[in-house]
Parts: sequence; structure tokens; C-alpha cells
Amino acid sequence: MSVSTTKESSYQTDALIAADIDAYLVQHQHKSLLRFITCGSVDDGKSTLIGRLLYDSKMIFEDQLAALEADSKRAGTQGQNIDFALLVDGLAAEREQGITIDVAYRFFATEKRKFIVADTPGHEQYTRNMVTGASTADLAVILIDARKGVLTQTRRHSYLAHLIGIKNIVLAVNKMDLIGYDQAKYDAIVADYTKFAQSIGIKEFTPMPISGFMGDNITTKSENTPWYDGVPLIAHLEAVELDVTADQAKPFRMPVQWVNRPNLDFRGFSGLIASGAVRPGDAVRVLPSGKTSTITRIVTIGGDLDQAVAGQSVTLCFADEVDCSRGDVISIADAPPEVADQFEAVIVWMADEALIPGRPYWLKLGTQTVTATVQAPKYQVNVNTMEHMAAKTLELNAIGVTNLATDRPIPFEPYEANRTLGGFILIDKITNATVAAGMLHFALRRSQNVHWQALDISRETHASLKNQKPAVLWFTGLSGAGKSTIANLVEKKLVRMNRHTFLLDGDNVRHGLNKDLGFTEADRIENIRRVGEVAKLMTDAGLIVITAFISPFRAERQMVREMMAGGEFIEIHIDTPLAEAEARDVKGLYKKARSGALKNFTGIDSPYEPPQTPEIRIDTTKLTPEQAVDIIIERLIP
Amino acid sequence: MTGAANTNLTHLQRLEAESIHIMREVVAEAEKPVMLYSVGKDSAVMLHLARKAFYPSPPPFPLLHVDTTWKFKAMYELRDRMARESGMELLVYHNPEAAERGINPFDHGGLHTDMWKTEGLKQALDKYGFDAAFGGARRDEEKSRAKERIFSFRSANHRWDPKNQRPELWNLYNARKAKGESIRVFPISNWTELDIWQYIHLENIPIVPLYFAAKRPVVQRDGLTIMVDDERFRLRPGEVPEMKSVRFRTLGCYPLTGAVESEATTLPQVIQEMLLTTTSERQGRAIDHDQAASMEKKKQEGYF
Repeated sequence: MSVSTTKESSYQTDALIAADIDAYLVQHQHKSLLRFITCGSVDDGKSTLIGRLLYDSKMIFEDQLAALEADSKRAGTQGQNIDFALLVDGLAAEREQGITIDVAYRFFATEKRKFIVADTPGHEQYTRNMVTGASTADLAVILIDARKGVLTQTRRHSYLAHLIGIKNIVLAVNKMDLIGYDQAKYDAIVADYTKFAQSIGIKEFTPMPISGFMGDNITTKSENTPWYDGVPLIAHLEAVELDVTADQAKPFRMPVQWVNRPNLDFRGFSGLIASGAVRPGDAVRVLPSGKTSTITRIVTIGGDLDQAVAGQSVTLCFADEVDCSRGDVISIADAPPEVADQFEAVIVWMADEALIPGRPYWLKLGTQTVTATVQAPKYQVNVNTMEHMAAKTLELNAIGVTNLATDRPIPFEPYEANRTLGGFILIDKITNATVAAGMLHFALRRSQNVHWQALDISRETHASLKNQKPAVLWFTGLSGAGKSTIANLVEKKLVRMNRHTFLLDGDNVRHGLNKDLGFTEADRIENIRRVGEVAKLMTDAGLIVITAFISPFRAERQMVREMMAGGEFIEIHIDTPLAEAEARDVKGLYKKARSGALKNFTGIDSPYEPPQTPEIRIDTTKLTPEQAVDIIIERLIP
Repeated sequence: MTGAANTNLTHLQRLEAESIHIMREVVAEAEKPVMLYSVGKDSAVMLHLARKAFYPSPPPFPLLHVDTTWKFKAMYELRDRMARESGMELLVYHNPEAAERGINPFDHGGLHTDMWKTEGLKQALDKYGFDAAFGGARRDEEKSRAKERIFSFRSANHRWDPKNQRPELWNLYNARKAKGESIRVFPISNWTELDIWQYIHLENIPIVPLYFAAKRPVVQRDGLTIMVDDERFRLRPGEVPEMKSVRFRTLGCYPLTGAVESEATTLPQVIQEMLLTTTSERQGRAIDHDQAASMEKKKQEGYF
């Protein structure tokens, strides 16, 4: 093999291992841990560099090397030489395509540190993978092919690394051997990059001329670059400050994961300390309630600790019986984080289905999971040019700045100040997929100024005056299914029974309250949200509310269900087959939709998601409207 | 590791904290978690971490051993002892169909692993209705595992789809799932073989004595050194067990697990041998020898 490998370049001291294993173990035991990410494409020599790091640290064994040699001959791009890239390609599908399409984690160690490398693909369609890999990294190695200089992808990778808050950036100008170790060319690339880095707010970075293939400036300073006055890559990786160390200097915060209650005499709060340090005797505050107490013990299986710091998983005991449960944040008493329910955030969209503004998603931040709605983006960032672009939504891999609201106030910190209390994921409520990652910028002032007014006349008073239990009869189904017909009959019958009702009809609402809305997916969602809010006010007033809307999306019906008090939302699926509804075509709308004159028509070119477990399902092919009314009334007033 | 807090956390302290965090997330969010316990060194570390994570409570989930009936005797002994000491419930599952058909490593090759382990695991998870199962796999073991998530989703029929895995950012794990779906959780994903050994050494974690060298009866077969652990072992014509000083780097079904010749009788000696050795850990397992992508295929089918 022509790849240059020398015994001296390996970082593990075989001599020490052989001569004094106990001394070696003590040395290894005290190593710290640095996580970093390598950014670049296969063309930049990224896999070769990682392969080199593993090879030099002897993380490649002979059997793997033999397999690698065989693979290199079969599929390699390096002729008869060892193709390190093959070593770090994982999945069979990727191996065939010759590109990595996921995040792979690799491990190696030197005498001073253990390293976890996140290896992620470089192409724009894998932005989400890079963001994922970068989220846990202390440092980013941005690879540049010395022959090509700063490219669009270099700017993209740098922007993403900076966005995710990586403070240590290494600009590795690779393949120096292929430009004859030319200092002038190297200096020009560094100057070019400096200009760009400053423009996006990167305050400092560490440039170095390397060759992953030849081993220049990886473990030792290369004789080929006498003009380079910095340290080799490994020495730099061994020396930079770890995020976990920096976090220890910040105020104490610990999201509560689990309440440990083995018996009545012990109540402890378990979690991973996000920042700062804690000692018995410290005054602490529980957020969002704001209740205070004092730490009495830091419990571990090996005995109580007298101090614990950021990065440790612990169990804390309080002096008082204050309420504290999963999702709460324990903080130092005199410097608590803010609590808010409206934020500006930057969001990286990670799902094939685009963001739907207004749709409720689960938001997980720390150990809290709440419902959040995201507004249409203020702007989207072009990840290649960093330009701000107008956007109505965010597609896969898009990055945008937006406002979002949670359904209850949560303790948080700006991401810049605290990754744990500022970083979040969004989860689709139906598919359970992780659809986005986000970073909170700040709370919107509105949430501190708009207070909930407590009223003297309660919803119970309103209801008891009317001598009824409020409810929402939510009719859903295709256009022409018979929703309005049956809803109308139900209301007439309820009124005859002296019930106080109100019918909200889809067509009628669109003439007033919602006349500004069209029929796009986003507008349909807003239409339903407003109707839901109005229905909620009416139930507060004690009314039985009847609504007749197509309401085609499961997520929005779920959103309305969650607005209502428990048991008050009764979902009624008027189930009519599309062919039957289209045959009736009372309003002539199907005909228009089929001819293309009407866009986004449910059942034709916009989907209808039938309820999976509605409270009532009416099969109109088997029941008359009158029979349907009886079933519904029977369910409401047994 | 549990003495006075040190502001410069070591890599083992960081790894320990991460693993504990993962286990607590699962217990907080899953309905019915279980810990898969294979009695090997990785399982030993995982169990030890679980005891730390929930102390003073015992770990709030049972241990599940998907047994093939062909493990080493010493493994069964340690398994029962650890269950007693941890105060956890131990569930042992045998695939009834494999038992009935007498599936064994001598006659059935790959089918043996497939039926006892892969099918047995699926059956056990379905039988008890576990929705989250801790496993001791590590990312450094094998190429396809380097990309495995810490929370790995399985469809209702236990399949792993490498193209449809959830992104994992920071230490935020999305544990939400539909009915019937389950999660395999790998809390020691980021530990290396050396970390495991070092931690066992530092924390005095009990492990199966087979990891240490001793005189044992072995035969050479298909390039592996196989120990004759009980009378069920079928000697081929001409095969005579010899007493050799051997130990095991990885433990599975004894007729399928290769030993290495060794004089290492203490943990530091074992670690020393490991560091100076030139073959990777899984080479002692017959299962991986098929083809480059074999582990990935097995994983898609539901093998851990």
C-alpha cells in the first residue's frame, strides 16, 4: 500500500501497554471526551481522513484491514491502494451508491483524549443529517480540497456548524500534496474563508494545511509545510476546551427526568445536569412553578456526593415537600431561567412532509413535552448564499426563522446560552416522526404581557343555569355526505327538548368570520382552528355546539379535541363513500372539481383522512337521517 | 467513579452519565420496558448502569434472557446470581418451536441463531407486550452498527428500516410510537470495547469467568477453537479434546464461539492482550463470517 503509515505516527503507546498495563489503564481512565464532526464530501477526502485517524490510533484490526484490502480491490476508487473511505461506509445501500447518507459515529483515542467522530454526508439533501451530527459536537472540522478552495458546500457546512452553536471550527485544507504544499495557494484559501466566516458571524477558526492521504500535519508536524506555524490536527483536538467544561461555569439547571420514589421515606429527582454545579445546602427553585427549596442530598449508589457538575446524571433530594415532576427544571434559586409560551426560533425541517403553519406538533425541550404551533416563517435562509428568502412553509432540509407558541408556559433559555434549555425537536402527532429541530432565540414580549383574566362567573355557572352539560357535536365527512342535513335535524330535536344549542355551518362561517381564508391546506387548518376557538367559547357559555365542516385532516380535529374539556368533544363521522357523495353532488361542486375549475377539493385533489376512532360513525348507506339523529341524541343525552 | 465530584469529567464518567440519562428517558416514556440480558460483558455493564440509574429503587423493569439452551454453563450460573443480587425479575424465554424441532448448532447452522435468537426474541417481546427493550450493542462493534440510532424503531413485525430512522439531536430522544410498534434502545452505543473493560475493572463488575484464561477442553474446528462445555458436544471422527489455556473475547452459544489461546488471568492482563491483539472482537463469532453485509441483513430481520 502506498498510503504512508509509520509506527511513530500511531498515538497508542504500545510500549507502555506491554511494559506496564496498570500505568496505561490509569492514563486511559483519566482521558476526557471530545465529540467532533467532519464536514465535507467524499471528494474532499473526508472518509480518508477519518480512516486515517482510526488507522493511526490502531482502531483498525488486521481482520478488518484484510476485509478492507479485499473491498478496496473490488469497489475502491484508489486502484490497488487501501481505500479508507470504504472503512467508514456502513450500510450496504450506501456502499453501492458510493456515498454516505446517514450519520455514523466512529471512535478513537490518543494518550490524552477519547474521541467520538460524527461522520455525516456533505450534499445539500443531507442537511438534516449534518445538523444531527453537529448537535452533539464540541468541534467541527471543515474540509476543503486545496485544489478547489472555498466552495458553496464549504459555506453551507460552516453556516450549519455555526448555526448549531459549534464554537471550535477547524478549517482543514486537505490534499496539500496535490498542490505541492504551496503556501501561497493555502494562504489565499484561508484569506478567502476568513472573509466569508466574518460575514456570517464566525469569530474565530483554526486553519491547517493537511493531507489525510499522506498523513501531513495529522499526528505530527509535516516536513512538507515548514512555513506552517500551527500544531498538527491531533494536538489541536487534544487541547481545545470542551463544551461540558464551559457549561460548568453557568448557573445550575437540571431538567427532571424521573421522580425516584422507592418508598414513603425517600423522594429524589433524577436528571442529567445541564449546566452549573450543585451542592447540598444550595437554595434551588423549581420551574415553572417557582417554588423554592434547599438541596439536602446528592444520592448515588456509591454514597452521597458533596458536589455534582454539568454532565453528570444524579438524583437530588429537597428539604421540603415541594411539587416537582418530570418536565420541571431545577435551577439555582437566585438565577432561574425565564418562563414563556411564545418564542422566536430557528427551525431546521427534517421531514418529507412540509411544515404546516398552525398545525399543532409535540415540542420536546429538555424533558418537557408540550403542544406547540408554528407560524408561517418570517423568512427562510438559503443555506448556500445565506440570503433571506420569503417562505410560506419549510420543506425538507429548509431552515427558517419563525414564531411559535406552546400550549403552556415552559422554562427555557436562549439556545446560545444553554443548548439543553434552548434546543428542541418537533414531533408529528399522527406519525410520531421527528419532523424538525429548533433553537430558541428569545421569548416574545407578548407572552409576558397578555395575562389570563380570571372571571367570576364560571363555565359551570353558565351550564347549570341552562340545566345542561355543554358539548361539541363535531360532524366531519366529505362534501355532500349529509353533514348539514343531519346536523340541522339534530339541532331541531334538541331545541324541542329545551336544550340551548348553536349550529356553526361551514359555508356560513366562510361568509363572515373566515371570509379571508381560501382552501389551501394552511387556510383550511386556520379555518378549523378558528371554528374550534369559537366552539370553545360557546361551550364556556354553556351551549351545545353543533359544527358541520368537512374538516379533512386528523391532526386538526385532534387539535380541536384537545381544546375542549374532557368528554365534551363528540366526533361524528358522516361516512358516505366518495362515489355516493359525488353521485348526489347537491351543490354541483364535484362536477366543477372534476373539470378542474375547483382546486383543492376534498376527495378529488385534496385528501380526506377519516377518523380512526370517532365517538359516533353514521353509515349513510345504511341509515336514514332520522335514524342517525336518534343515535346521536341517545349518545348525548342517554 | 462515585467519589468526590471532579470538575474535569473523564470519558467514562461522561459515558456513564449518558447511559443513565438514556435509561431514565425510556423508563419515563415507555409503557413496559425490559432489559435484554445476554450475560456477556456488555450486558454486565448495562445492568450495572441500570442499578446506578434508579438507585435507591431497583431498576423498574425485568431482565429478559432469550435463551438458546446452548450457552456455556458458567453463563447460566452468573445469570441466576445477578438476577438475585439486583432484585430484578428474570424472564427466560425459549422458542417452543425451536425446542420441539430440536434445533441445535450442530445440525442447523444459521437456522439455529435465526430460530432461537431472532424468532425467540420477537416471540418473547410479543408475549409480554414489551414496548421498549434495552440492548447492549455498541457502535464500534461493526460497520452497520456505527449508524444505528440509540432509539431504534421497529415496526409491529419487528423490522428495522435503515432508511426510516428518526434523527437524534442533542440528547433529545423521541420515544413516541403507535400501538404495536416498539423501540430497541442501546444505552451503551458510544462505549468501545476498551471502555467496557476499563469500566468493569474500575467498578469491579462481576463477569463470567470464561473471559479469563484457564485450562479448558477444546477442539479445533473450521478455524475456530471450540470449547467442549458439556456432553452434548458432538465430536467429529478423529477429534479429541485437548486441554489448553484459553479465554473468550465474546460469549454466545458455546459450539459457535471461538476461544483464543491466552495466559491472561486478570483483567489488566485481558485488557493488555486486547490492546496488543490484531483481530477485532466479533471474529470469534461464526455468525458474522458470511458476507460483508451480513449483520445489516440480520438486523433488518430483527436480530439485535
